[in-house]
Amino acid sequence: MAEWTLLEGVNRAFASEMRRDANVIVLGEDVGVNGGVFRATDGLQDEFGIERVIDTPLAESVIVGMAIGMAAQGLRPIVELQFMGFIYPAVDQIINHASRLRNRTRGRITCPMVIRAPFGGGIHAPEHHSESTEALFAHMPGVRVVVPSSPARAYGLLLAAIRDPDPVVFLEPKRVYRLGKQEVEDSGEALPLDTCFVLRDGIDVTLVSWGASIKETLEAAAELARVGVDAEVIDVATLSPLDMDTILDSVARTGRCVIVHEAARSCGVGAEIAARLAAEGITSLLAPVLRVTGFDTVMPLYRYEDQYMPGVHRIVDAVQEVMGYR
Amino acid sequence: MQASDIHFETTEFLDSSGKLLRPLPAMLSSRDQLVELYRVMVQTRVFDRAAINLQRTGEMGTYPSNEGQEAIGAGIGYAMQDDDVLVPYYRDIATQIQRGVLLEEILRYWGGDEWGMHFRHQAEDFPVSVPIATQACHAVGIGYAIRYRQQARAVVTTCGDGATSKGDFYESINIAGVMGLPVVFVVNNNRWAISVPLEKQTAAPTIAHKALAAGIDGYRVDGNDAVAMVQVMSDALQQARAHRRPSIVEALSYRLGDHTTADDANRYRPREELEAARALEPLIRYKAYLQAGHDWSDDDDESLYADCVAEARSAIEVYRAFPPQPAGEFFDYMYARPTADLEKQKQEWLTQVKRHG
Repeated sequence: MAEWTLLEGVNRAFASEMRRDANVIVLGEDVGVNGGVFRATDGLQDEFGIERVIDTPLAESVIVGMAIGMAAQGLRPIVELQFMGFIYPAVDQIINHASRLRNRTRGRITCPMVIRAPFGGGIHAPEHHSESTEALFAHMPGVRVVVPSSPARAYGLLLAAIRDPDPVVFLEPKRVYRLGKQEVEDSGEALPLDTCFVLRDGIDVTLVSWGASIKETLEAAAELARVGVDAEVIDVATLSPLDMDTILDSVARTGRCVIVHEAARSCGVGAEIAARLAAEGITSLLAPVLRVTGFDTVMPLYRYEDQYMPGVHRIVDAVQEVMGYR
Repeated sequence: MQASDIHFETTEFLDSSGKLLRPLPAMLSSRDQLVELYRVMVQTRVFDRAAINLQRTGEMGTYPSNEGQEAIGAGIGYAMQDDDVLVPYYRDIATQIQRGVLLEEILRYWGGDEWGMHFRHQAEDFPVSVPIATQACHAVGIGYAIRYRQQARAVVTTCGDGATSKGDFYESINIAGVMGLPVVFVVNNNRWAISVPLEKQTAAPTIAHKALAAGIDGYRVDGNDAVAMVQVMSDALQQARAHRRPSIVEALSYRLGDHTTADDANRYRPREELEAARALEPLIRYKAYLQAGHDWSDDDDESLYADCVAEARSAIEVYRAFPPQPAGEFFDYMYARPTADLEKQKQEWLTQVKRHG
């Protein structure tokens, strides 16, 4: 087994599936010769050629719209949008077409495609390069929203996303693209979508997070363990549709829940999880459900981005607060 | 160099009186072929009126009239091969009829039932696109799939003149040019985008000029002249299929109807302009040409109209008799397999319906 970064997990999933299925096509800005601005598609054009790894013009809407046409013809397009901040011209294509072609043709035309975008802050990038707006997509019926948080999950979930018969918005936490390596077998085996991953068992409190914030959430859990608080950590992984069963089951045991996400707080995916806990798990709760999140401001430029994103201390404080309810 | 220094000739075969200006295209040379083309236009005109009446009497929802657009649709459909792909907007009934879409399916869609876009006899053509110009992008992707598989097929996508102001239109013609994709972008320049006239959409001398910036071919054709439409579409499609040369076909017409049944064009459109346009509409000249050159009698014409009326009536009967969708079916096609949440929401909805009706 090789040791990969999360970025390498993405890259190896591409290569594995492209060897297996000649219908898999990669398109986007700079994905070919340059291998993507983060190198997620590095080496793919050499191996699979310019017909399958396409450097497109700089035009996000037609890149996604074109993938819809390809998918309708039985190809399996994977689109890279360079940063989440540049996904918005393509939202029209995602919400008005990719997400609804199956429904509006009663299954005659479908859209098996993956729309990848690096997201989130923490790499000192310029303006518009650091936002987390996953809730926009989680709110759209007809698409899946998947966020990996480790090399193994990047590999296994991307394989699953490519093979899924419906469109998947696959958001990659770029802050942890190269942070740490993990042994992963290049087995071509997908991980399941629509399911959470329990990363740490615990009995006192359930910490729910996804993407890059998993890192601080796990660090907070380790720090809490030193003061006798045993936290369960859940990586939601598929933000839509939500696997509430895993979260409800955990909260039924712990009675407490803190949700951690980098995105702005109001109407974020955390709000949906909290609402579902209130509706379906209220009798288990010993304390209010708290959220540790970004703020309802524009993401500050990089000097203050660390203050915007949920840090370990903020998570620990929130857990201490819910532990105060007996 | 000024844009107006470049001239796009408008292809014409029939003048407004129905006089043939040049020899007929090879694919449209027999009387049968000429009548077949006429039939599609009459069928579309008659069906369109019937559909508007259905909306007016409350039996169908909002519907976009195709009046005056029949020659464009008929010419496109006539020139396309079965294995080409159509990515239409909502004024392409004539083409859709020729592509195997059933009249009752068109009624079913505008009558609020998604099964209308299922198309029993057409697997690949896209459903009509409502968000303006977005469909041009899909055509490009289909064109790419055709190129990738090295097939000799082409894609036709249609839009109105207003759509050419949108980014999706420019992004699509640009990428088609860069990649050499077999796509024909037909622009129905009917002068009005709801209430906004062409001169407020663009300062380009013609819409065909927009092809220049994308490095693709531009054609300009009288869209009220079905014969010219067949010739130009046939040329453009041949270039697309054989040489992967994409193009814009600007078809000049006039929207004789309102934008949709929810619109009232009297609010913004001069009556004299409409009256002048009526004299140029496609069916009058085509009938005159058939009468003068092909022995088409008033009896022939009446009998054709009677056939088309009977067809429209029969489609309406089929439309009326369609069973409603199974209860809660709108939950079932969001994903290949409904998610657990959707299953729950469907049950919740079914329970509510049972309880409250």
